[in-house]
Amino acid sequence: MASLVSHPDEVRVISKRFGQGATNIDRYLELDGYKAVQKALAMQPDAIINEVKNSGLRGRGGAGFSTGMKWSFVPKQSAKPKYVLCNGDESEPGTCKDRLIFEHDPHAVIEGVMIAALAVGAHTGYIYVRGEYRYLLVIMQKALKDAYAKGILGKNIFGSGYDLDIYWHGGAGAYEVGEESALMESLEGKRGIPRIRPPFPAIVGLWGGPTVINNVETLAAVPHIIMGGADWYSKLGTPKNGGTRLFCLAGNLNKPGVYELPMGYNLKKMIYEVGGGIPNGRSLKAVVPGGSSTPVLLPEEIDVAMDFDSVAKTGSMLGSGGVVVLDDTACIVKFALRTMKFYRHESCGWCIPCREGTDWLEKTLIRFHSGGGVKKDIDNMYYLSENMLGKTFCPLGDAAAMPTMAFVKKFRKEFEDHLDGRPCPFEKEGAPQQHAVMAH
Amino acid sequence: MRFSEEFEARFSEMLTHYPTKRSALVPTLLYAQDEVGSLSDEVIAELARRMDLTELEVRNVISYYSMLTTKPRGKYNVQVCTNIACMLRGGEELLEHCEKKLGIGHKGTTPDGLFSLEEVECIGACSWAPAAQVNYDFHENLTNAKMDQVLDEYGNKLNH
Repeated sequence: MASLVSHPDEVRVISKRFGQGATNIDRYLELDGYKAVQKALAMQPDAIINEVKNSGLRGRGGAGFSTGMKWSFVPKQSAKPKYVLCNGDESEPGTCKDRLIFEHDPHAVIEGVMIAALAVGAHTGYIYVRGEYRYLLVIMQKALKDAYAKGILGKNIFGSGYDLDIYWHGGAGAYEVGEESALMESLEGKRGIPRIRPPFPAIVGLWGGPTVINNVETLAAVPHIIMGGADWYSKLGTPKNGGTRLFCLAGNLNKPGVYELPMGYNLKKMIYEVGGGIPNGRSLKAVVPGGSSTPVLLPEEIDVAMDFDSVAKTGSMLGSGGVVVLDDTACIVKFALRTMKFYRHESCGWCIPCREGTDWLEKTLIRFHSGGGVKKDIDNMYYLSENMLGKTFCPLGDAAAMPTMAFVKKFRKEFEDHLDGRPCPFEKEGAPQQHAVMAH
Repeated sequence: MRFSEEFEARFSEMLTHYPTKRSALVPTLLYAQDEVGSLSDEVIAELARRMDLTELEVRNVISYYSMLTTKPRGKYNVQVCTNIACMLRGGEELLEHCEKKLGIGHKGTTPDGLFSLEEVECIGACSWAPAAQVNYDFHENLTNAKMDQVLDEYGNKLNH
């Protein structure tokens, strides 16, 4: 069980019920649970969508797309059944927030799926939990069972005449399945190979029916928006970036942990005050602001508001909320290598630029880090990455290319320091060597 | 091929959740593997039959997911994360420590069949790094000494 932390600057919306025993359905009801869905049942579907649109809620999985807008793309009339799919395949390196939501407030996720279903006119929802999170799947299975036992799910919910079923689904280990089209393939019992878009899932999704896919944290925010109102929620954050966000502070920090802070909270403050600064008297070298896919920021770039638009202006992305902090003992070449090893391992091989690109980049970085690099490798790595961008069915290729380009561009000198057979300047004596190739 | 009653009850229920049978495949494979130890030829044949798939189609799915395996593992599968957040806090050193202690490498199994070792990708414990999973249990904020204790506890479990 993951431990909880707190800081006075936190604004607790999503994490309000953490540590309150809300996995128990009676306790959840006591803490105002399932009131939002009853309120939503009295609203017109368009009114729900508008409320979510006006709240400024944007996808917490990392893309930051307006949730209300996404819901509005689902056609009102559909010959095929419509679905809501909750994406709990959390696996972006640096990210560990959905885990806490599942662990402490599973009913909020169910309630979020219910409200999304009412908004788009779906009668079936699925909650996909990554395979490694077995203990959370057990929690979710019980939560669903309890909700059915109380008549909250099933036929004629709250006497409204509306039938709504929500089911659990477990994964079996695959980062790429966190991508929406691969997620649907996985739920349909197949390899998680991405689908080409258009058509988008809102039009053609699960088993061909219109499907809304949202991240766990996004859906968990929805009941609070319905209860507190769009105006209240949007004002918690910055313009066009409503609400709060669970930031996962990780890496070289004194107080790592998952903290709920308003959207737009200053990154520098987040690192030095909330996260307690860098341990052992070391100094800050770099920050990966939103999971391993997001381009690295230099210390002079971190005086930035952590919302989607402000971080985008730095050339990086707010991403999934995983803030990974590197102190000055970290080797960027090694960090880039470990990042690429991950993407090579997770690439499904469907799109050639990603399959070949991640493999070549990993091999080059292994050789480079061990002192076998030549000067033209540096430009080649950048060029190769650039040629992966936008050339794949799913964003895994981009996710591998973007951070690599930033590492090369911002830390060129450090790459050059690895040239001419020199040993890595950061390698500690006797440190384990990077394994050449991790078996698939 | 017989599975437990719990497995059968869950499987029957799952089939009612989806419009197609094969949709239950991925979670079913993992549950089957948990019971049998690996996705043996027999398990694959049985699940293919139940879901109206060819064995090849089932194998095709198995090979995509990193947790699924056709080869038996040790009773306790020790999965050490060395991804970025864990690496910065000693994940690689922890893996090396486990390799030495257990005398096996990545995807190896001890001769007594008790432990397997695996270097894994991000398990979602970044704020509590370095971390490892033993089967489905999370162990976080690890040091070599804490890891020894964890492994000893699993080792002792069998003697009772």
